[in-house]
Amino acid sequence: MRKVFWSLVMLVNVPTLALAAGTIESGTKQATNWSAISMFIAFVLLTLVITYWAARRTASAADFYSAGGGITGFQNGLAIAGDYMSAASFLGISGLVYTSGYDGLIYSVGWLVGWPIVTFLIAEQLRNLGKFTFADVTSFRLGQTDIRILAACGSLVTVAFYLIAQMVGAGKLIQLLFGLDYWIAVVLVGGLMMIYVTFGGMKATTWVQITKAALLLSGATFMAGAVLYRYGFSPEALFARAVEVHPKKAAIMEPGSLISNPLSAISLGLALMFGTAGLPHILMRFFTVKDAQAARKSVFYATGFIGYFYVLTFIIGFGAITLVSTDPMFLDSAILEKTKSGIAAIKGGSNMAAIHLADAVGGNVFLGFISAVAFATILAVVSGLALAGASSISHDLYGMVIKGGNANEQDEIRVSKIATLVLGVLAIFLGIVFENQNVAFMVGLAFAIAASCNFPVLVMSIFWRGLTTRGALVGGFLGLISAVVGVVLSPAVWEATLGFAKGSAPVKLDNPALFSMALAFAGIWLFSILDRSRRAEIDRDGFDAQYVRSQTGIGAAAATSH
Amino acid sequence: MSSSVTKIEHNPNYQELVRRRSSLGWMLSLIMLVVYFGFILLVAYAPKFLGIRIGTGVTTIGIPIGLAVILLAFALTGIYVRRANSSYDVLIRKIVEDSSS
Repeated sequence: MRKVFWSLVMLVNVPTLALAAGTIESGTKQATNWSAISMFIAFVLLTLVITYWAARRTASAADFYSAGGGITGFQNGLAIAGDYMSAASFLGISGLVYTSGYDGLIYSVGWLVGWPIVTFLIAEQLRNLGKFTFADVTSFRLGQTDIRILAACGSLVTVAFYLIAQMVGAGKLIQLLFGLDYWIAVVLVGGLMMIYVTFGGMKATTWVQITKAALLLSGATFMAGAVLYRYGFSPEALFARAVEVHPKKAAIMEPGSLISNPLSAISLGLALMFGTAGLPHILMRFFTVKDAQAARKSVFYATGFIGYFYVLTFIIGFGAITLVSTDPMFLDSAILEKTKSGIAAIKGGSNMAAIHLADAVGGNVFLGFISAVAFATILAVVSGLALAGASSISHDLYGMVIKGGNANEQDEIRVSKIATLVLGVLAIFLGIVFENQNVAFMVGLAFAIAASCNFPVLVMSIFWRGLTTRGALVGGFLGLISAVVGVVLSPAVWEATLGFAKGSAPVKLDNPALFSMALAFAGIWLFSILDRSRRAEIDRDGFDAQYVRSQTGIGAAAATSH
Repeated sequence: MSSSVTKIEHNPNYQELVRRRSSLGWMLSLIMLVVYFGFILLVAYAPKFLGIRIGTGVTTIGIPIGLAVILLAFALTGIYVRRANSSYDVLIRKIVEDSSS
């Protein structure tokens, strides 16, 4: 019963897909997988070469934060897609399709629809107004100090929760994939991340991300192709076989228990859609391209890659139903004996569906490849997050708040590197502390905070003349605090993590975005229109110049390299 | 407010750019919102509708509908980028030329 409850909690919560630390059963450490380890070592060596190459070309702050603006639209599209195609999407969504079929597609759709919004309303304006971080944009005409502090809080809290979820997931996954101890895995991820970011900055982080995205897309394409090949490239034949062997039968072809409460569904939808437009490590990528035109193209490519990838994970999940759940090799015989369901008995939990499928369609070597790619994915995503967090500390807090915009460039880079090391050590420490905690809610929380604090302030600062420093500050912090409180009081944390009685959670929504976003926008609006301060006048007067620049790019930060 | 900003604001090319870009951007955003939340409401209120089978097979109409939302997201992004590449960039180039002369 307890198990069923947990799996339900995992299902209704996006965060699950954050690698769902909970569904990978610890303790089932796999035998050391040498083909996976050698392929992984090959990947790490390649990324170290990239880092060495990037380090020699990283001198200025622009190189460090934004790769000198020398990334093309296509490359940036791949890098953005790489940031987004985390192990959570790959293993989590294919695992969700494996257990519940159609429900996996609902998440994929939710995670994709934020991208068009980014294209239409954010990408070009962001590139035209900012230089290194999204706080450059929100503080363009508002009070630097206050707004930078708000943006840094929003960024760091988002990054911290995302990072913990990734670290814990990474530890569990690597334990399973490679047969390494949990703490070794966490130290390895944290250590490599520190090397990439401190030596190679954005240039290394971007190219590691591009390499991984290309590997992941080709691996997933091969897997989906191999599955379809077995069914004569007929999806109907694949679905028919899946319905035949899945214990839920035809129910896997329609929405299941994933979303039953309409308000919860809308709230989750809001967080998924607008959270994307507020993730600091994603927003930062728009500064790595030369101009607004390249920024806009890069989201177009990214949307294409991500959409294609989600279609592949759907096929992979169904492939796993037909090929993994029917093969005793991938099943735990004790659980199979008890439940009679191949779906429930999968070794290592549902997140391993894609990994076992790799073995089923491509043998041991391909299994090694996919395992190595899954690890590489975590590594690349964690690096992007660390860089975003470090930039916020060095550029927003140190450079703009402490030094008032007059920081020496080399000092700022040094602070950024120190911040990366601190974040890395902290991530390793928290990863170990949270080993046996249910961290599944943390990615959902990260999306909710991004949607309720970063996104409202960003979009209002770009489009609304009336926005004032006070309004942004009050609304932004309202969104941030209500999102955190809302998650703590939600069933996923209140009941599942803190252990209060079932049904006692004060907030019934699994994701707080519905009210936290509303509070943020209402706070921004109300405190802006009531603001009669001297500062408010400056804020409103600055709008015209900002709007002209956001539309035309006249005066925008230029690329420094290439 | 500096005079160069006022000058650009009075440039007809700028006014046309702002009008066209914002109307397209907000309209496409609205389409995406309506379609996505329409899909979510279908999932929440009418899961059985999405479970209707197509023809005699097991494939349900939920599958093409879900895929269509993914395709639409990509297509809308494509429409915006195409329009921006073909007409907004031309206008921006003219505005930049006018403002520097």
